[in-house]
Amino acid sequence: MTALLTYCTNLFNNYEEVVAVILFSIGFCILLFSRNLIKKVVGLDIMDTGVFLLLASRGYIEGRSVPIIVDGVTSMENYINPIPAGLVLTGIVVSVSVSALMLSLTVRIYRTYRTLDVDALYMMMSVSKGGKR
Amino acid sequence: MSFVQNFPFFSIILSLLCAVISFFLGARWAKRLTLFLLTSSIVLQSCILSFCFRNHISYAYMMGHYSAPWGNEIAAGILEPLFALLFAVVMLCSVLGGMHRMEQDVFPGKQNFYWIMVDLAHVSLMALCYTNDIFTGYVFIEICTIASCALLSIRESGRSLLAAVRYMIFALVGSGLFLIGVIFTYSVTGQLLFPQLYEAIGKLWAAGTYRFSMTVAIGLMVVGLAIKSGMFPFHFWMPDTYGRATPASSGILSGVVSKGYIFLLIKIIYRVIGIDIFTASGVQTLLLLFGIAGMIVGSVSAIFAKRLTTMVAFSSVAQIGYIYMGLGMGTQAALVAVFFQIFSHALTKPMLFLSAFQLSHASGGRQDFHSLHGAGHRHPVAGCTFTVGALSMVGIPIFAGFIPKLYFATSAFGLGWKTWPVLAALAISTILNVMYFLYTTILIWIPEEEGTHAHIRVKPQAGTVFPAVLLAGFNLLVGLQSAGLTTLFTQGMDLFCQ
Amino acid sequence: MLDKPKLDPEFSSIWTLWKNGQIDLTGSLRSPGHQDPASVKSVEKYRPRRDRSAFSHYVQKSNHLYNILATVLCVFFACLMLMTVANLPLYGDPNAPTVNEVAERYVEKGTEETGAVNTVAGMILDYRAFDTLGESFVLFTSVCAVTILMNLSSKRQHVKHTKESINYADDMIVRGVCRFLVPLIMVFGIYILLNGHLSPGGGFSGGAVLGAGLIIYAMVWGEEQASRIISARLIKTVVLCSLGFYCVAKSYSFFTGANHLHSIISPGTPGRILSAGLILPLNVAVGFVVCCTMYSFYMFFRRGKL
Repeated sequence: MTALLTYCTNLFNNYEEVVAVILFSIGFCILLFSRNLIKKVVGLDIMDTGVFLLLASRGYIEGRSVPIIVDGVTSMENYINPIPAGLVLTGIVVSVSVSALMLSLTVRIYRTYRTLDVDALYMMMSVSKGGKR
Repeated sequence: MSFVQNFPFFSIILSLLCAVISFFLGARWAKRLTLFLLTSSIVLQSCILSFCFRNHISYAYMMGHYSAPWGNEIAAGILEPLFALLFAVVMLCSVLGGMHRMEQDVFPGKQNFYWIMVDLAHVSLMALCYTNDIFTGYVFIEICTIASCALLSIRESGRSLLAAVRYMIFALVGSGLFLIGVIFTYSVTGQLLFPQLYEAIGKLWAAGTYRFSMTVAIGLMVVGLAIKSGMFPFHFWMPDTYGRATPASSGILSGVVSKGYIFLLIKIIYRVIGIDIFTASGVQTLLLLFGIAGMIVGSVSAIFAKRLTTMVAFSSVAQIGYIYMGLGMGTQAALVAVFFQIFSHALTKPMLFLSAFQLSHASGGRQDFHSLHGAGHRHPVAGCTFTVGALSMVGIPIFAGFIPKLYFATSAFGLGWKTWPVLAALAISTILNVMYFLYTTILIWIPEEEGTHAHIRVKPQAGTVFPAVLLAGFNLLVGLQSAGLTTLFTQGMDLFCQ
Repeated sequence: MLDKPKLDPEFSSIWTLWKNGQIDLTGSLRSPGHQDPASVKSVEKYRPRRDRSAFSHYVQKSNHLYNILATVLCVFFACLMLMTVANLPLYGDPNAPTVNEVAERYVEKGTEETGAVNTVAGMILDYRAFDTLGESFVLFTSVCAVTILMNLSSKRQHVKHTKESINYADDMIVRGVCRFLVPLIMVFGIYILLNGHLSPGGGFSGGAVLGAGLIIYAMVWGEEQASRIISARLIKTVVLCSLGFYCVAKSYSFFTGANHLHSIISPGTPGRILSAGLILPLNVAVGFVVCCTMYSFYMFFRRGKL
């Protein structure tokens, strides 16, 4: 019982991470259940956003400010952890590049097959040998 | 510090520079630059390997002015340059072997981008081999993913685009899971570099705090990399990806890229998590089970495959299954077997793809098994290399594929309940391999008297068949001289596993 | 839309061949022309049939299974992640494991060692510069990949574009506002770029703002006009110079650092605009790369060429 209580308290305290995880799961659901390729790409992006929120929230420290040195005060007591911020920056850049690539693939598939529905694409793949060349 | 110790860094920076310069060059010069890069990379890796082997050292190399927990690092021992060398050799051979098909498959205006992508795939593989920092690992995983997607989709046929989308979706889910694993690990340890992580995880595990998070983090990292390298339940992207690309890309993707992820995974298991904690976390058993399942399912799917390259691609699923089974066994002997498996697969699969494409070229460009009747007589050299590859995959002695099977079998004893599943899986998988590979081999060698393609005689050109022959030579070399490699592997593991 | 499936009777797997005794080792021994009629018949009988309705039925059925499996997977995954989150260090905890000597040194010594007041800039461009080098190359890789997929200038069949009928440049309000806004956005982007080591911002955000400015310009005054001013060659040159400079500069600093040589790059006086050693030029280089990347993405999606 106490274990469950601690568990719930922890969940409540880590609310930002909980939101991030829920966001990730939403993205994952869209990726799995949506039949449209564009929506799948959107789902991937939402997943990435969830990951970045999780990472960013890991750097926060209660009552401290952004890690930009003001007035020569360099004590760690005043600033939050800069590492997750740097990692998120990298992650965002990766996510942008990947979405651009996915979208351009989607455009090309639409131009070739004139549909974005995964089932229809799968059908064309299995029934006719190869696409247009 | 000896000058040779700079070479890992040189090989990375050199390929970055080559990629950027190729952006400005035409296709012809980009090609020359890439070939130069791959050759010089082979030379550089050999130097590092011989240096580390002679002095029996492994060292960390600071990328910048700041030492271990603060700055980025790369590390080299014996295993890292050895695998980097393997990757460079296989890439060079695949590229050389698939070059003649490039004119057909890649539009001339885009050929220089193909070479840029080869450069970038090369740099990411080098970085995956040498990295000593888990986040650097993530960044270069992404470069590798994008570059391999481009290598696949540059053929621009409808099927290869669909294969690319499927590959990207799987790969992105994989890297997302890997990143979450890294975040969890970071938030309970506060470190990103391998040695510091190893220490911190050991302390955490001993203290018993955050054990659940750590287990999940280990699971996520392993599953992420497993998805990207095509472990059994996540192998759906594999057949189309390998079977629909242009031959050079097929060789690179099947032989090298998935092995890069697997090498990073081995590094993470042995240098970040530590094998004891990995065993205790229970993820190891999962790897064993999925590896065994992959061996069987991959082979069965290969039997039902309708095209030659699809069949070869499905056999990759089985071969990757062997690797994961070995990682799931978790002993040093099994790890040696895993290294041999990586070697034999990386040397054999590109060869099989190259010769399969040449055989289908000799059958009027068709890939179904009826048309391939007697293809070995139409293109004897490709037939021979295909036969060597098939025999190696089946595990006939004197070929490279025999050694890992032998080592897996010997290391399976004394593992408790794991012994029998491993031995049974090895036996069943070998029988299945025999079914499809030997039948295909026999099929291509049965002379065909009056078929549609009987009149075709391909005159093998030295440039196109040479790489496959070279790979076949390496294959035989590994199969015959395995003692030397075993020494390298065991000595490397002493330096590698902390 | 789809005609009847055309499946080759010859299109069969090894399994089929094997089952039907097609792989016959004695084939070469027999005299030519003599073929077993039974085997031919069995091939024709064994023709994989896959007409469309049966196929869609099969797809529907497998979709059903897929939905169940996917739901299970989603629920399992979400629960697993929630449990893990409950087992993480608390949010905002000053004693979390992440607040250790690494973060401390970045904050406390960062300004002194790198010269950057913005510790995040100091961290990503000096302490952990190799990651950031990789990151810029992710952008480069994806530009090349998008070029491969979307470049129409060298394609055999030219895909026709539906021309947009709205010409924004003729609209007085849009033109007037943009004539005022685009330079402002560009100046703001340059400001963010140049102050990356002093204030929030840096190469990536500044580059994104610059790219947005260029994209607005191209949207309003038309892609042809934009590509006349910002030619493909110019973009290529800028990317080449920026990434080349980035590689060379960083390899100098990596090389000197690893070999414990003295580096001529000094952090300078923290707080000045011309300080922080390599961070300022690197920010500018990264900014150019990001700007060109964003702009090329837009142009490739919109026009098919730069």
